[in-house]
Amino acid sequence: MTTARETVLGRIKDALALAPTPDTTVPRAYRTGRTLPDDERLALFTDRLVDYRATVHTCTADRTAQAVAEVLREHGARRIGVPAGLDPLWLDAYDGEVQQDSGDIPAPRLDALDGVLTASAVSCAETGTIFLDGSPDQGRRALSLVPDLHVCVVDLSTVEAGVPEAVARLEPQRPTTLISGPSATSDIELERVEGVHGPRTLAVVIRTDR
Amino acid sequence: MSSTFLGMPATPPRSPYGTGNLRGDRKFPKAAHDELRNEQLRRNLGRATRTIRAKRLNVTGELPDWEALREAGSAIKTDTMNRLPELLEQLERKVTERGGTVHWARDGVEANEIVTRLVKATGSSDVIKVKSMATQEIGLNEHLESVGITPYETDLAELIVQLAHDKPSHILVPAIHRNRDEIRQIFLKEIPGVDPGLDNVPAHLAAAARAYLREKFMTTEVAVSGANFGIAETGTLAVVESEGNGRMCLTMPDTLITVMGIEKVLPRYQDLEVFLQLLPRSSTGERMNPYTSMWTGVTPGDGPQDFHLVLLDNGRTAALADRIGREALNCIRCSACLNVCPVYERAGGHAYGSTYPGPIGAVLTPQLAGMHAAKGDPNSSLPYASSLCGACFDACPVKIDIPSLLVELRHQNTEQSGTTAEKLAMKAAATVMKHPKLFTAAQKGAGIGRLVGGRDGRISHLPPPFNGWSESRDTAAPPKQTFRSWLASAEGAQAMRAAAGEYEKNRKQKEEEK
Repeated sequence: MTTARETVLGRIKDALALAPTPDTTVPRAYRTGRTLPDDERLALFTDRLVDYRATVHTCTADRTAQAVAEVLREHGARRIGVPAGLDPLWLDAYDGEVQQDSGDIPAPRLDALDGVLTASAVSCAETGTIFLDGSPDQGRRALSLVPDLHVCVVDLSTVEAGVPEAVARLEPQRPTTLISGPSATSDIELERVEGVHGPRTLAVVIRTDR
Repeated sequence: MSSTFLGMPATPPRSPYGTGNLRGDRKFPKAAHDELRNEQLRRNLGRATRTIRAKRLNVTGELPDWEALREAGSAIKTDTMNRLPELLEQLERKVTERGGTVHWARDGVEANEIVTRLVKATGSSDVIKVKSMATQEIGLNEHLESVGITPYETDLAELIVQLAHDKPSHILVPAIHRNRDEIRQIFLKEIPGVDPGLDNVPAHLAAAARAYLREKFMTTEVAVSGANFGIAETGTLAVVESEGNGRMCLTMPDTLITVMGIEKVLPRYQDLEVFLQLLPRSSTGERMNPYTSMWTGVTPGDGPQDFHLVLLDNGRTAALADRIGREALNCIRCSACLNVCPVYERAGGHAYGSTYPGPIGAVLTPQLAGMHAAKGDPNSSLPYASSLCGACFDACPVKIDIPSLLVELRHQNTEQSGTTAEKLAMKAAATVMKHPKLFTAAQKGAGIGRLVGGRDGRISHLPPPFNGWSESRDTAAPPKQTFRSWLASAEGAQAMRAAAGEYEKNRKQKEEEK
């Protein structure tokens, strides 16, 4: 008996034989390999994040703990989750309860947290997009999804100008999440509503000297 | 299979007649006629399409390399179709290497059976779903319900459509035909335990959906999704979304089943740099959609540990076998063509009868499911659901020449449909036009057409077999006199002399000025 796999592949080969077309080369005349000075990348990235109604805070690396604590206090987060590989120094100024994530904690239990603090892998200034790739300082995907507040630390050196530059820095095998602002819907009369199923608040802490 | 390939290639079959959601129950003009009477629908659509059009132009206009991105997107898709067998085999190999299981489905019926079998194997009687065109196309929800499995749509608009026992009417905004009051009523009636004091504020309605679905996300063990892209080089799959329901479905359950049309494969991971720019800007008019999830097989300790990819044909190979029509497979489901289409804007998505409405639907649906013209198939009316204005071609991020595809499909439909009144009329017209005397006589005869014109000089009803023409348009009644007979008259001769005199006067004046 012919399997579905053989049948479908056979049909494709038949189709291509019935309607052959010449080989195509892909013209990649669009912008790639762009670089922008630090201040321009910071300004562009901030502008785009604010446009998505994310909150943006900047600090130098030595002030990370203070900036993080301030943001968490601002949002009234008393109990937060952090990935196992997060730099513990970032929490030095925070006086709330910290739950270090582990695979033993069932994902639905993350719903009881007020918020989550993670690092990030790469960002794209032009679109205001943060890429998480599941590295130890970012944790499993459920961690940055279930709690209602996501505080994300971004180093300016990881912010690329455009999409091609950012995609080039990704590791394809890692589970990757692109985040551009808080979750949103325009499904009811195209009126934008922030916050449906993902975190309703996204706060970004940009470290300008890293 | 290729090693045993002998003799003539066979034309691949369309999606089986009578299955899935690729065919309405009446022809486009009839359906559109009724939809046009729905004022609510027209108001919603007009407002919605206007808004998205403006946003799209803003964000595509700000990229200086937009045209270069379209060129690249188009070429990547063409290259993909040329190399489809090797790319699919590569995708299968990579997904399998990373712990996923790949299934192949000849058509929607087979895909539904595969998904059902996989869900049953988990012991779960519920599945959560991410908005997916492919599963809508094959009628997966209806099938699951028929075997006692409850599918929960988790995209807000899909949820509205599902709760209202309705059909989607737009690729991107499936409940575009509903206003906030209607949505409030649907929620009050259909969501168990909803606050009876729920008002019609969109934020409150969204919050009600969040509360209802939260519990489903936390407890349901199986999710079904579609895929926007599948990368052959790495085995990576991508889902582009806004609300976070996609992230929930792709992350929380133990088992994930992804149904992907075979044309969704892309050769290289790098190709994402093109499509992650083209898709959101064309689709929602955003620089980037809020969330995109990309996963490669199974990642231990993160997300579903049991991953299945179902590769779906369902007429796609039939479209591929058509050198011209194949271009419709390049579609990335952004819906930009819907939003710029004057026909879609007025008739709405339901009039097309298919999961795929609008200009792209009018070319994709007949390709996937065929136009059995002789059987009075509603799909045979779709290529005519267009004024061929070309706005869709300009808006398409992968440069699909939809107007040319429509014309080709009209041609194919005419070829298939045998002798029709229209064909006979055209044949008669050709004969008449070849003979000047006959032509003059015919033009005189056409003056009689005034008799069927109404007081306003319009013909709105013609007897069969011409009623097909008059049903969907008013025609100006022919003038009393043809141009040729007017020119030959005294009045015509005088007008020509006056025009010649005017010309001569102007010429002399210009010479004097020099």
